[in-house]
Amino acid sequence: MQKKMMYSFPDDVLEHVFSFIQSDKDRNAVSAVCKLWYEIERWCRRKVFIGNCYAVSPRVVIKRFPEVRSIELKGKPHFADFNLVPDGWGGYVLPWIVEMAGAYPCLEEIRLKRMVVTDESLELIAKSFKNFKVLVLFSCEGFSTDGLAAIAAGCKNLRELDLRESEVDDLSGHWLTHFPETCTSLVSLNISCLGSDEVSFSALERLVGRCPNLKSLRLNRAVTLDKIANILRRAPQLVDFGTGNYASELPPDVLLNLAGAFSSCKELKSLSGFWDVVPAYLPALYSVCSRLTSLNLSYATIQNPEIIKLVSRCPSLQRLLVLDYIEDSGLEALASSCKDLQELRVFPSDPFGGEPHVSLTEQGLVTVSLGCPKLQSILYFCHRMTNAALVTIAQSCPNLTRFRLCIIEPKTADYLTLEPLDVGFGAIVEHCKDLRRLSLSGLLTDRVFEYIGTYAKKLEMLSVAFAGDSDLGLHHVLFGCESLRKLEIRDCPFGDKALLANAAKLETMRSLWMSSCTVSFGACKLLGQKMPRLNVEVIDETEPPDSRPESCPVEKFYIYRSVSGPRFDKPPFVWTMDEEGKIMH
Amino acid sequence: MEGSGVGGSESGSMSTVSREDNMVVSSVDSSCPDESELELGLGLSLGGFKTHQVSKGAQFARILTSKDFPSVIPDASPSSSSSSSSSSLTRANVTAGTKRTADSVAAANGSSQVMGWPPIRAYRMNSMVSQAKYLAAEGFNSTMENHKSETSMVEKSTAGFDRYQNNSSIKLRKSLFVKVNMDGIPIGRKVDLNAHESYEKLVKTLEDMFLKTTPSINPAGSTTLELGMMKKITRPSKLLDGSSDFVLTYEDKEGDWMLVGDVPWEMFLSSVKRLRIMRTSEATGLAPRLEERNHRQRSKHI
Repeated sequence: MQKKMMYSFPDDVLEHVFSFIQSDKDRNAVSAVCKLWYEIERWCRRKVFIGNCYAVSPRVVIKRFPEVRSIELKGKPHFADFNLVPDGWGGYVLPWIVEMAGAYPCLEEIRLKRMVVTDESLELIAKSFKNFKVLVLFSCEGFSTDGLAAIAAGCKNLRELDLRESEVDDLSGHWLTHFPETCTSLVSLNISCLGSDEVSFSALERLVGRCPNLKSLRLNRAVTLDKIANILRRAPQLVDFGTGNYASELPPDVLLNLAGAFSSCKELKSLSGFWDVVPAYLPALYSVCSRLTSLNLSYATIQNPEIIKLVSRCPSLQRLLVLDYIEDSGLEALASSCKDLQELRVFPSDPFGGEPHVSLTEQGLVTVSLGCPKLQSILYFCHRMTNAALVTIAQSCPNLTRFRLCIIEPKTADYLTLEPLDVGFGAIVEHCKDLRRLSLSGLLTDRVFEYIGTYAKKLEMLSVAFAGDSDLGLHHVLFGCESLRKLEIRDCPFGDKALLANAAKLETMRSLWMSSCTVSFGACKLLGQKMPRLNVEVIDETEPPDSRPESCPVEKFYIYRSVSGPRFDKPPFVWTMDEEGKIMH
Repeated sequence: MEGSGVGGSESGSMSTVSREDNMVVSSVDSSCPDESELELGLGLSLGGFKTHQVSKGAQFARILTSKDFPSVIPDASPSSSSSSSSSSLTRANVTAGTKRTADSVAAANGSSQVMGWPPIRAYRMNSMVSQAKYLAAEGFNSTMENHKSETSMVEKSTAGFDRYQNNSSIKLRKSLFVKVNMDGIPIGRKVDLNAHESYEKLVKTLEDMFLKTTPSINPAGSTTLELGMMKKITRPSKLLDGSSDFVLTYEDKEGDWMLVGDVPWEMFLSSVKRLRIMRTSEATGLAPRLEERNHRQRSKHI
C-alpha cells in the first residue's frame, strides 16, 4: 500500500517537494532513502558544500550533481591561519574552475575559504559563467587586482564580490573602473582587505550611486574619512557598512557632514572598519547606534571612555568585536547595556608583551556572561583565568555554541588556586549542551579531555594546544565526542596509541591536524596502510620522513577522509602514506 | 674515569651505544687537547635522562665562526663535568614543549616565543602592524579636542602595536629556510635565516639544535631514539683525534664553501645557499687562520 503511494507521485512533484529542503544534511538524508529519490535529488541539487577540497575530486562532484548553481569549497587546514602550514601546501581552485567551466555553464555562486586563487582562475570564471552572481573569497590568496578587473568587466550580473581577509596583490585601484556603466546589480561589495593607497574613488562613487540594491559595502583603508559622507549619501539603503580610514585632520564641519550622512542611513545595522580611528569623529555614529546589531571595533585603537560611550548607546547590539582596550570596565558597561548580545570577540592589542597593560581579566568575561544570558559565541584573549570564573560563565550562558578562550601564556594555571583549568572547561562542556566549537588554553591535564569526551556530545570542532599529559587525553576525545568533525592539536604529548586505537573514528571526521606531538612516522605509515579512505599526509620540511627510523615523531601531519584517493598537487615537503606502506611523492 | 655515565663510555672509546639510547654531545676546547673526549649524542628520551660525564676541561659545545679566529675560545671553568652537563639538560628541559624549532623567536621582553602563538590570524597582525606605523608616523594636531588625552592614548596604543610590529614583522617576514648539516649527523635540519638578526643569534640557534640535548615535548612522554639511529650517529674515530671543534660554513651562490661571519649579515643572507657545520679538521682551505690552527692542533696530538 505504502509502496504504491510512493511511486504514485510523479518525479516532478517529488522534485518540488525536495526544493523546500535546503540543508545539506537533510538533502543527504533524502538521497539515501531509495534509488529513485537519490536520482531525483541529485538532479535537483543546486548547492554543494565541500568542506575539504581534497575530500572529493571535481569530476566526481559533477558526475553526481550535474545541475549545481552554487558551490562552496574550503582548502587549507585551519592552522594555516597561524602560519603553521608551509607555503605551497595546496588548496588550488583552478582545477575546480576548469572542470566546472565545462560542466556548469549556469553556475552562479562560488564561495571559497583558505584557497589559492589565481588571476587565471578569476579570468576563467568571468569567461565561463554567463550568469555569475556571487564570488566570496574568504582568506584566500594568489590573485591580484588584475583578476578582479576581469570579474568586474566580465560578470554582467554580479551581485556579490566579497574579498574578506584575502591577500590580494594590489597593483592598482583602477580595477574598479572595469565595472561597466551598465552594472547596477551589486548587492554586496567588500574590498576591505585591499592594501593600495589609491582607490579609483570616482569609479567607486559612481558604482555605488548606480546600484540601488547595494546593501553591504566595506571599504578599504585607502578611502579617507572625508569621502565617507559622499558614499553614504549615495547609498542610504545600506544595511552593513565598513568604513575605511577613520582618521582625519580636517575641520569640524566634516564631523557634522558625516553625522548627517550616517543619520540618513535608516537601515544601517552593522558597522566595521575603523582603521586609524580618531575618537573625535566617533560621535558621528551616535545617530546609528540605537539600531546597530553588529559592531566591529577590533581594528580600532580607541580606548575608554570612548568605547564605553559608544557601546552604551547600542542597546540592540548582538555582535561585538573589540580590542582588549575595552577592559573589564567596558565589558561591565556592555553587560548592562546590551542584553541581546549573542557574540563577543575580544582581541589582544599587545599579544607579545609579557605584562598586560590593559586591565582586562577573567572578570570582564564573567560580568558579560552574567549580564548577557543570550550569549552564543565567545572568543576571548586574556592573561589570566580561574576555574571559578569558567564555572560561572558556563552556568550563566547555557546557550553557548562556540567558546574559544586564549590565555596568552601557554600552560597558565588558575591564578588563584594554581590548579589546572580542567574543572573550568569541564563545566563549559557540561552546561553548554549545544557546544559545537571549543578552543582550549591554559594549564590542562588529561582530565579536561575526560570531561570533553563525556559531555561534549555535540562538539564538532576542537582546538588544542600545550595541553594534556598522555595518550589518554586524545583517546577520551576520539572515543567520546560523537559529533567530532575537525580536530586540530599542536604541542601536546599525544602519541601513537590513542590514534591507532581510534583509527576508525578518523573516517567519521573531516580532518585531523597534529603538529609538534609525539606521533611516530611508523604510526602514520600504518594508518595510511590500513585506512585506504584516509589520506595521511606527513609534512616535513627537512628530510623525507623515511630517512629516519619509524619510531621518530613526525613534526606535522594532516589526515582527512577522501573518496578520491591521494592528491596529485602535493609540494615536495608533503608525503602521503599509501596502502602499500610506501610513501608517495 | 667515567662516573656513572650511561653506557660506560671510556676514555678514547667511541663505540658507545648507550643502553638507554642516550647520547650527549660535547665538544672539546682546543686549549685542552689532552682531555679531549667526545661523545656524540642526541637525547630525545625524557624523564630518566642521564648525561654522560664528560671529562673535565670539556666545555659546552660550541660552533665556531670566523669571529673565533685567531682568538682561541676561552677555557670553560673547570667545574665538575656533571654540573655542566646537567645544566645543559636543565636548559633543554626548560624549553621543552615550547621551543622546538629554530622558528621560534624571542620576544622583545625576552620570554620565549612560539610559532603561531597566540593564535592570531596573519591578516589581523598585518593590519595591526601597519596601524602601528601610522600611529607612530602621524602627529595629531592640536586642533583636536582632548589633545592631551589623545596623544597619551596614541602612546598607549603604539606601545602595544609596536610589539605587533617587532614580533609580527619578524614572523611574517618571508622565511629564508636553508638546510643545515652537521658532520657526523645524518639528519639535516632547516633553519630560517630571516628569523635571526645576526650571526650570534644564528650560531646560538644552531648550537641549540645540534649540540645541546634536544628538548623533548613532554618530560613524561615516551619517545626514544631507536638503536639503529644510534649506530648511524655514533660515527667513530674521526671525532676522537682531538680536532673536534666545529666550524660553521656555508655554500654561496657560486658553489664555494666559505667560513660564516666574514661578510655583513645582510650580504650573507643574499648569498647563502646552505650551511654545514664542519669539523675543523675538514675545514681546510677555508681560512688560512683556520688551517693554521688545525695544524697546531694536530701536531699536539701526534
